[in-house]
Amino acid sequence: MSEKTIKLEILRYNPEVDQEPNFGTFEIPYNEAWSLLDALEYIKDELDSSLTYRWSCRMAVCGSCGMVVNGRPQLGCETFLRDSYPNTIRVEPLANFPIEKDLVVDASTFIEKLEAVKPYIIDAVDAMEAEPARKIIPTTKTSLGTFKQTPKEMGLFKQFSMCINCMLCYSACPQMGLNPMFTGPAALAIGHRYNLDSRDHGTDQRTEVIQDKNGVWSCTFVGYCSEVCPKNVDPAAAINQNKAQGAQDWALSFLMPRKGEK
Amino acid sequence: MKPENRHIEPLLWSLFGAGGMTIAFLVPAVILVVGILMPMGLLPAEALSYERMSAFFLDSWIGKLSAIALLVPGYWGCIHRVYHGMHDLQIHTNEKVKLGCYGSVLVLSIVTVMLVLFG
Repeated sequence: MSEKTIKLEILRYNPEVDQEPNFGTFEIPYNEAWSLLDALEYIKDELDSSLTYRWSCRMAVCGSCGMVVNGRPQLGCETFLRDSYPNTIRVEPLANFPIEKDLVVDASTFIEKLEAVKPYIIDAVDAMEAEPARKIIPTTKTSLGTFKQTPKEMGLFKQFSMCINCMLCYSACPQMGLNPMFTGPAALAIGHRYNLDSRDHGTDQRTEVIQDKNGVWSCTFVGYCSEVCPKNVDPAAAINQNKAQGAQDWALSFLMPRKGEK
Repeated sequence: MKPENRHIEPLLWSLFGAGGMTIAFLVPAVILVVGILMPMGLLPAEALSYERMSAFFLDSWIGKLSAIALLVPGYWGCIHRVYHGMHDLQIHTNEKVKLGCYGSVLVLSIVTVMLVLFG
């Protein structure tokens, strides 16, 4: 019996040799238990050791192996050969990022945007240091010195905290392609996650980025980001919640003109 | 927000949201009445007569206010959709086109309010 095989078309680019990216085709044994990541490992081990891609955990936790599979941004470890067999699988690096080599993209712009939304809890002490003029009521601590957070309070942001920074939403977002300055779905959802945290006092420090023209207002609610998200973070919802908040603050800024001037 | 970073997008988006809402409520009702009930003869023929409609929408205060509430936000909803739709279709515009789009809707809104209230 002849062994079943499956073909993969992989976008290859070696910046030291190639003028532009080109597809390379590989034919490998078909194994219905294999993920796309397993297939890439087979190619690297057996056929072409120069194939370059990022991976780590193999179980949709680390967010390293994001790639475009048959036109759709997906995690390589969560995509199975059996879903495409017997058709050829076309694999490309994430869209809207410069290619470094083969399936590896340069994510530095994403990291900058992520840093810009201050993705960490800013406690009352830090918030007062940043804005001495503002009156901040610290979150009450328990006798053990820890913060108490009810399940209801955590429920507000838990969904947005599931992000694994895989950047599939950046690849999916048509606005990213049209406006590379757009802060983007994941970073905005993560900023929102900290704004909603009862222990956090940093909302005002994130407003300039989140409510900027290149923040939530660059989104036209296409919603593909939420569709491709492997962790059901729903960044489109986070963005729209911020638009609603921003519209309210905008109206209030006329009633309380000094609210925004700090 | 620092004053220099403020922009008008929140207002345009709120009007867009209001317009989307009124259109979502209005259009199914219009389809039901004009597209189904009237042709099937389930409503008396004179129910949508000019006299009856204008008596409500132009002569009563509740009618005037509902005419404005049903029409004006819808204009803003539509133009916002068109303007941002152009961007999505990769037709890149500039501030002048934006001003033309929203400016003409502002004029249309004012004209609608004037005509309904004083026309």
